[in-house]
Amino acid sequence: MGRKLDPTKKEKRGPGRKARKQKGAETELARFLPAVSDENSKRLSSRARKRAAKRRLGSAEAPKTNKSPEAKPLPGKLPKGAVQTAGKKGPQSLFNAAQGKKRPAPSSDEEEEEEDSEEDDVVNHGDLWGSEDDADMVDDYGADSNSEDEEEGEELLPIERAAQKQKVREAAAGVQWSEEETEDEEEVTPESGPSKEEEADGGLQINVDEEPFVLPPAGEMEQDAQAPDLQRVHKRIQDIVGILRDFGAQREEGRSRSEYLNRLKRDLATYYSYGDFLLGKLMDLFPLSELVEFLEANEVPRPITLRTNTLKTRRRDLAQALINRGVNLDPLGKWSKTGLVVYDSSVPIGATPEYLAGHYMLQGASSMLPVMALAPQEHERILDMCCAPGGKTSYMAQLMKNTGVILANDANAERLKSVVGNLHRLGVTNTVISHYDGRQFPKVVGGFDRVLLDAPCSGTGVISKDPAVKTNKDEKDILRCAHLQKELLLSAIDSVNATSKTGGYLVYCTCSIMVEENEWVVEYALKKRNVRLVPTGLDFGQEGFTRFRERRFHPSLRNARRFYPHTHNMDGFFIAKFKKFSNSIPQSQTGNSETATPTNVDLPQVIPKSENSSQPAKKAKGAAKTKQQLQKQQRPKKASFQKPNGTSKGADSELSTIPSVRKTQASSRFQDSSQPAGKAEGIRESKVTGKLKQRSPKLQSSKKVAFLKQNAPPKGTDTETPAVLSPSKTQATLKPKEHHHPLGRGKGVEKQQLPEQPFKKAAFQKQNDTPEGPQPPTVSPISSSRPPPAKRKKSQSRGNGQLLLS
Amino acid sequence: MRPLTEEETRVMFEKIAKYIGENLQLLVDRPDGTYCFRLHNDRVYYVSEKIMKLAANISGDKLVSLGTCFGKFTKTHKFRLHITALDYLAPYAKYKVWIKPGAEQSFLYGNHVLKSGLGRITENTSQYQGVVVYSMADIPLGFGVAAKSTQDCRKVDPMAIVVFHQADVGEYVRHEETLT
Repeated sequence: MGRKLDPTKKEKRGPGRKARKQKGAETELARFLPAVSDENSKRLSSRARKRAAKRRLGSAEAPKTNKSPEAKPLPGKLPKGAVQTAGKKGPQSLFNAAQGKKRPAPSSDEEEEEEDSEEDDVVNHGDLWGSEDDADMVDDYGADSNSEDEEEGEELLPIERAAQKQKVREAAAGVQWSEEETEDEEEVTPESGPSKEEEADGGLQINVDEEPFVLPPAGEMEQDAQAPDLQRVHKRIQDIVGILRDFGAQREEGRSRSEYLNRLKRDLATYYSYGDFLLGKLMDLFPLSELVEFLEANEVPRPITLRTNTLKTRRRDLAQALINRGVNLDPLGKWSKTGLVVYDSSVPIGATPEYLAGHYMLQGASSMLPVMALAPQEHERILDMCCAPGGKTSYMAQLMKNTGVILANDANAERLKSVVGNLHRLGVTNTVISHYDGRQFPKVVGGFDRVLLDAPCSGTGVISKDPAVKTNKDEKDILRCAHLQKELLLSAIDSVNATSKTGGYLVYCTCSIMVEENEWVVEYALKKRNVRLVPTGLDFGQEGFTRFRERRFHPSLRNARRFYPHTHNMDGFFIAKFKKFSNSIPQSQTGNSETATPTNVDLPQVIPKSENSSQPAKKAKGAAKTKQQLQKQQRPKKASFQKPNGTSKGADSELSTIPSVRKTQASSRFQDSSQPAGKAEGIRESKVTGKLKQRSPKLQSSKKVAFLKQNAPPKGTDTETPAVLSPSKTQATLKPKEHHHPLGRGKGVEKQQLPEQPFKKAAFQKQNDTPEGPQPPTVSPISSSRPPPAKRKKSQSRGNGQLLLS
Repeated sequence: MRPLTEEETRVMFEKIAKYIGENLQLLVDRPDGTYCFRLHNDRVYYVSEKIMKLAANISGDKLVSLGTCFGKFTKTHKFRLHITALDYLAPYAKYKVWIKPGAEQSFLYGNHVLKSGLGRITENTSQYQGVVVYSMADIPLGFGVAAKSTQDCRKVDPMAIVVFHQADVGEYVRHEETLT
């Protein structure tokens, strides 16, 4: 399904020399040569052929009412070369000609004339046909080759006669020539021919009478599937868009909006050659008028742009040099100091001596934007995670003036070669090129000042460069891309050093317009890491979505930028700039990451306070409350797993009553998270806390105790042990909680708590030597369901805990 | 990635000195930092120490390139200078050749320079001297070896080769794969 005229197959028309040139015997004769089995394989004479053709035509003529004069002589011509039953061009052109709408009256007269002339004079016919063929763009080479040679030389008068006739005809037919030509070229089937007639009439009528557009019934769709008439489809698209714009007034009775939309979707898919899935996504993304513009823009390539390499030259000098070579160019826009847009060029723009000397790089306009957003400074350490083919890397290097270091990484070895070539050509010296999977950062090396992640994507923004995307993308591809992008983005965030003096920024960009790959991924990162979105510094472009269909995104997504081919005349792009404000990784309790982030910052002050006082924990309250809610939700999830930091959670569950405790626990938890890998623990912790909540404060307190014990060996059974400053701050925080607990609860609680303690102590804190003996028995049943707080780095904890549980 | 051995250093410096002579010292002792040569996968890279430290964290099979590649050692331990070194040869070149605009394309396709394409040549260039080739606009296009001394260049007929082609910037497009 294509919608454009194929220029390579265009027939030469007109009276010129080229129109009469043969393409070659095989191609020409193929049109006229018979299938092997035909009436008789014997060669017919020219006259015989004509007669045969006329005979055939005679039968075929019945349905045709209107025949152009050209059509008439052509059948006579056809049989000369060979009989062709389904002559592709010939009969079709006849049909086409027959459909010439305004021909009927004048042509019939002329037909008769020509019939007479046909009978009379073959030679004349030959001339007639020769000239008419020129006009008709149907070259019957089998016949013409004989007749033209013979006849043109001999008689001029018939030609003159024919020419005059033609002139008369033309005057009568008027503009029909162009119609015929288009009909021929589109190879319209007879079936759709009449409909085109109607359409043209209908179109005219619509313009005049406002005739309502009738949504074709479902049956017609199959017909279209066989032989899509693109003009008709295009017209229908425009009609439906117009109707939908003013649906109340223009709708057809009894037809629902969804029917119109379905029809439109099918038509768009036919006309622009899109797959259903992608078109559905685009219809969700754009309003209808923009949608058509977007689809149109994807058919046309974006203008070629290049970026001056300021390490070697200046934009002014480069523009001058290129103009001298014959390139027509202009500065790109006031937003770029190094960009040039090329309108046309007499030399290949990718092979000029200036290009080879590294004075410029061919780069899309939208690819310059992420680097401008990232704004790398001199003497910084930068990571470019997906760098191929090296345009953004080299731009960063030129902004840094070859100072600092850039680590250019890509997972594709083939494309890395082009990176090496480009960077050397452009004279970039501060780069190291590596071949890792981006997800392996920061394990390989981390602590970068800035990171650029141009993630691999589905490419829905660059359809004009790669039309295959229209059909080969579906749900699975988009989700797979999104998954990979999320992983890469988390790795990139972890590679940024939040405490960098000049940096701490990350730019995430894709050349896709899908929400699943853009806003969704950014939202995921905001939840999972200590980052926030900051303005990109680009003052144009559409803002990112904060809501899309049923999803809601963080309001700061307005800082992200979207670019479209139809509005900005550059490739579709999405750019988001993050600032990382803490190097620690939050424990991922669902929804707690946001609360976690403030506590992270507050930790240093919190801990000493908690040690000393009764933990005002005002700040923690909020966090505690959310945690409590979470825990409540997670109550049913008691697993007998043992978290290394389980105690802290246990303590958390108690926090409902003791906000201060909760706070410290929260802080402890976060501290814990910062120490080992966080997320899983966080989840488990939350689960544990949920369970704990169920039980009772005593359990929680015991958990706390256990946790404390983990950290602070010297804790006694009563947890009355003074706030011994254990190495971990959490311990300190927990201890005071314990203090509170007993005070608040009373003995019973304490007793209950204590058994847990011993169990934990026994399990994990052999060093403590706390006198736990008497208490264990009472508490064990209660503690059974609670996962014992595992000592952080001891694997015994699990086993012990399980034993005790059972 | 490892430093060069004495032997390798000697061979390489000899080659480079053919083009830039004693200016070679300027490559090693730079005012803006210490630069060094490192060998990785038979290729010699010229890189500043700061960058080298970062590259040391990358495992050998994943490291593709660092700094600027000057050339490679062949299997028989001869040193072959690549076009990627042009940025460092051009500013320090002792003997230069300028070619006419018409002959640029031919040189960029890998052909030798004929007398008819010769614009200017440094005085007292000896035969088989390493030269750097420029366009008339002073853009470095590559380097080669003088086939004739300056004196002989004046006398010889227009179709004679005056500069043997060794490397040109067209190789960035023609031989992209060999750069890595």
